[in-house]
Amino acid sequence: MEETAHEAVGLTFHPLDQFQLSPLFGAGGADYNPWFFSLTNATLWMAISVLGIFLLFVTATRSRSIIPTRGQSVAELIYGFIRKMVDDVAGHDAGRFFPLILTLFLFILFTNFFGLLPMSFTATSHIAVTAVLGFGVFIFVTVLGFVLNGKKFLGLFWMTDAPLFLRPIIAVIELISYFVRPVSHSIRLAGNVMAGHTVIKVFAGFAQVAAISPFAILGVAAIYGIEILVAAIQAYVFTILTCVYLKDALHPGH
Amino acid sequence: MEHEETTHAADAAHGAVTEELTHGTAVPSEGPIPLLQPAYFDNLIFWAVIALIAIYFILTRMALPRIGSTLATREGTISSDLAAAEAFRTQAREAQAAYDRAVAEARAEANRIAQQTRDQIQSELDAALAQADAQIDARAAEGARAVAGIQAQAQASVAEVARDTAREILRALGAQVDEAAVDRAVIARTGG
Repeated sequence: MEETAHEAVGLTFHPLDQFQLSPLFGAGGADYNPWFFSLTNATLWMAISVLGIFLLFVTATRSRSIIPTRGQSVAELIYGFIRKMVDDVAGHDAGRFFPLILTLFLFILFTNFFGLLPMSFTATSHIAVTAVLGFGVFIFVTVLGFVLNGKKFLGLFWMTDAPLFLRPIIAVIELISYFVRPVSHSIRLAGNVMAGHTVIKVFAGFAQVAAISPFAILGVAAIYGIEILVAAIQAYVFTILTCVYLKDALHPGH
Repeated sequence: MEHEETTHAADAAHGAVTEELTHGTAVPSEGPIPLLQPAYFDNLIFWAVIALIAIYFILTRMALPRIGSTLATREGTISSDLAAAEAFRTQAREAQAAYDRAVAEARAEANRIAQQTRDQIQSELDAALAQADAQIDARAAEGARAVAGIQAQAQASVAEVARDTAREILRALGAQVDEAAVDRAVIARTGG
């Protein structure tokens, strides 16, 4: 897609270059192959996310005011929002997993939003990062399901209220859908973020032609607005699905 | 081609290629798109895990206990304030009732005092009227007595004058003055 656009219009489009890793110190490039511990732009922007979370949740709540300050109020709003989601979706006994779920939500939310800054890097656009989240949730939920319920966890796949001859078929379908969960879970997030960022770059590329540049810039602004929605909605969707999966592990009978 | 340009630009920006870049194998320029670049996976996964662990510890060690206690304190403060407000409202209601009662009592008392005063004034007025009537009666009786006395005296004087006149007439006529006959005649004529 990059290549076709490049040759057909004669414009330079690099909509995917924004996803390249580059070292913080030294030169990178398309063939940059970092060590796992190398300090890259991904490291920097994830660190900025962590710093943002620290500022909002630790620094802003320092005063412990009864009447909250602005930052404290935002932190409490997010706290209450995710707390309620965990209680409503995963059940009241899921409260001990609330910090884990809030961790996921905040990581995705902050990474998505900092990724919307121009020149920044969006870690959640990389399937490798979202797979850590998606498969992390999958493995955690599966292990938890077996630890808490033992063999009864397999009841998730064996529909006792279905006719007997249908049960094996349903079990196969359920099993497949269960193992597809982490894949869809992580691709949904990465795909949404990546697509939006790429479309912005494509619109920005069209701004090179003077005649259509006003439309291109309007397009960038419009897509940017949608991306702000997507940044929040995808964090929400990822979190609520995590709660749903967690509910399956806690109460496989339902 | 464009990848090489980027590399050159980055080289120019950063000066020299660092030692780190020479580690590992270089990825061919015609590799997959950056999002599916296997060369990035270990780095991204490593730092994502580090970031998640950092966020988890920031939340569990610092943020969540603090926010939880703040929310609990707030809830406690709000409910105690509400209870206090409820108590104050009850007090206010009681005070209102006491005030209303006091006003009603004061009004009744005022009515009673007014009635009493009215009654007292009325009785005093009646007494004064009675006294005045009695005095008027006494004066009138006295006047009547005086008038009667004066009348009687005048009648007596008339009788005296008539007797004297009758005696003098008899004497002037040279007749024997019969006192008793004169008296009878005078009494018969004056009616008294």
